[in-house]
Amino acid sequence: MADMVVGRDKCGEQRLVSLPLSRIRVIMKSSPEVSSINQEALVLTAKATELFVQYLATYSYRHGSGKEKKALTYHDLSNTAEESETFQFLADILPRKILASKYLKMLKEKKERRRRREENNNDESDEAES
Amino acid sequence: MAERPEDLNLPNAVITRIIKEALPDGVNISKEARSAISRAASVFVLYATSCANNFAMKGKRKTLNASDVLSAMEEMEFQRFVTPLKEALEAYRREQKGKKEASEQKKKDKDRKTDSEEQDKSRDEDNDEDEERLEEEEQNEEEEVDN
Repeated sequence: MADMVVGRDKCGEQRLVSLPLSRIRVIMKSSPEVSSINQEALVLTAKATELFVQYLATYSYRHGSGKEKKALTYHDLSNTAEESETFQFLADILPRKILASKYLKMLKEKKERRRRREENNNDESDEAES
Repeated sequence: MAERPEDLNLPNAVITRIIKEALPDGVNISKEARSAISRAASVFVLYATSCANNFAMKGKRKTLNASDVLSAMEEMEFQRFVTPLKEALEAYRREQKGKKEASEQKKKDKDRKTDSEEQDKSRDEDNDEDEERLEEEEQNEEEEVDN
């Protein structure tokens, strides 16, 4: 099976699709319910993925704070996943990042709140008994 | 069906090139951002495949085809991809047709060469007529297949 669709021919014409079809096919086949994929579907999926990469990159860049620094950062991408409906399906794999110290602090506060709640419950049950 | 983790990733070099070509000149992409986009692309393939497969199943087919993929794009709210994808499909079909015709032509030339080597010179005229008729028939067949 041809790996690239329309490799560079003698005239040096551009490829129709740059992503390797064999790899795209592996990913597609990892989906359990899929039995077979016709060649056109494979080509279109590869092409769609390229369009997607372009779209995700440009969208994130335009809406992100990295613009000032003329850079595309992870932060821009996770913002996109979080805030754009179209890219919502990426929210789990592009989570927002949080400093470890901040997270540990949050955990501590949560624990504290729970402890205080339990104490109140105990007090109430004490009162009920007396 | 165990795939090694790296098999589900797309090649870094190609992903990087696609990103660079999409963004304005001089914009840097952090390694982390690049890796994130690559992962997102893999997830996109899975999502698109699953979606396309639903359309195939609706049509009681076991093989995913081009229209399933196009329907999936609409379903996933990537309508903006539909037109460029249709264009890519047309280009692909033309290319395939060109390849098919080229290989058929090669075969015809090869057969013709073999025939002329075997035939008696005095029977040449008759053979030419036969070949012309054969060529016409083949052309008609080709037209039907293309429909």
